Amino acid sequence: MVNRVVVGAHYGLRDWLMQRITAVLMALYCIAMAGYLLMQPYRGYDVWTELFSSQTVRTFSLLFLLSLFYHAWVGIRDVVMDYVKPASARLVIHVLVILALLLYTIWSVQILWGM
Amino acid sequence: MKFRIYRYNPDVDAAPYMQDYELDIRLGDSTQGKMLLDALLLIKQQDDSLSLRKSCREGVCGSDAMNINGRNGLACITPLSSLKEPVELRPLPGLPVIRDLIVDMTQFFKQYHSVKPYLINNEPPPETERLQSPAQRAHLNGLYECILCGCCTTACPSFWWNPDKFVGPAGLLQAYRFIADTRDQATSERLDDLEDPYRLFRCHTIMNCVDVCPKELNPTEAIGNIKDLMVRRMV
Repeated sequence: MVNRVVVGAHYGLRDWLMQRITAVLMALYCIAMAGYLLMQPYRGYDVWTELFSSQTVRTFSLLFLLSLFYHAWVGIRDVVMDYVKPASARLVIHVLVILALLLYTIWSVQILWGM
Repeated sequence: MKFRIYRYNPDVDAAPYMQDYELDIRLGDSTQGKMLLDALLLIKQQDDSLSLRKSCREGVCGSDAMNINGRNGLACITPLSSLKEPVELRPLPGLPVIRDLIVDMTQFFKQYHSVKPYLINNEPPPETERLQSPAQRAHLNGLYECILCGCCTTACPSFWWNPDKFVGPAGLLQAYRFIADTRDQATSERLDDLEDPYRLFRCHTIMNCVDVCPKELNPTEAIGNIKDLMVRRMV
């Protein structure tokens, strides 16, 4: 096979934009969560379980975690593109990262709705 | 004044080394307004084997870009009084060294040419110039002044890791210079060409380019404007 410099995959904008949007979502969740917890006079296991028994909190927590995973996917892919040169190694790492993030998603649902 | 200069002549030297030079000048009235290039030319009188590029000696041609005390800049517009001794001079990082302070800029210019840095307009040329309003012309300020010295691109880690694929700040500034030009008709093709995980999106906005540009231009802002146009095109 010839060894040419190949560019022109014509994607990247969506991921770049999503990385920014997910960052804003995560920041909002962190501020809301930190604000709520700081306002509690007493913080213990029962406050925590009560908080996470609410469907709204569970949904927004899942949204936060999904944002985190998407954000992490773009970030890790950027690092791999910068530092891992052989295309085959990049592909293997990409697949492993995607699998891990999918497993984390299932695990997050289990944790949030199993509490 | 003391200097430490990177020396490498691939025909003779097995490896690069740093050579010390001392000039019989002291910072004071006599060096008022003198630039690093003046000192380098004095050193060259001592040792004519030292190789460097220079031409206009006033920050217009962009030939004498080098790494000065760890920071890219033009020797001809860097005042001696601004430098800490010993002044350590190295070639621009990230490009192959031809000899001493001279680097091979082929990769840099390849990326520059890849953005088609010229006006694309398929209409027949009018009798006079293609006119712009003063407001339209003002959009080109901060873009057209680039002298292609290579300080920004060689200060960019993304270019170090992917010099063959990432256009780099200088090339992207020029890409935006033509995207911003109302006389250019290839905006969409230019955006298509840049919408690429390597060509444009290797920029992680660390702004080394803005930090070192000797003409005080802002490639990061231009890159942001390109992304902004892509978003506006998509949503």
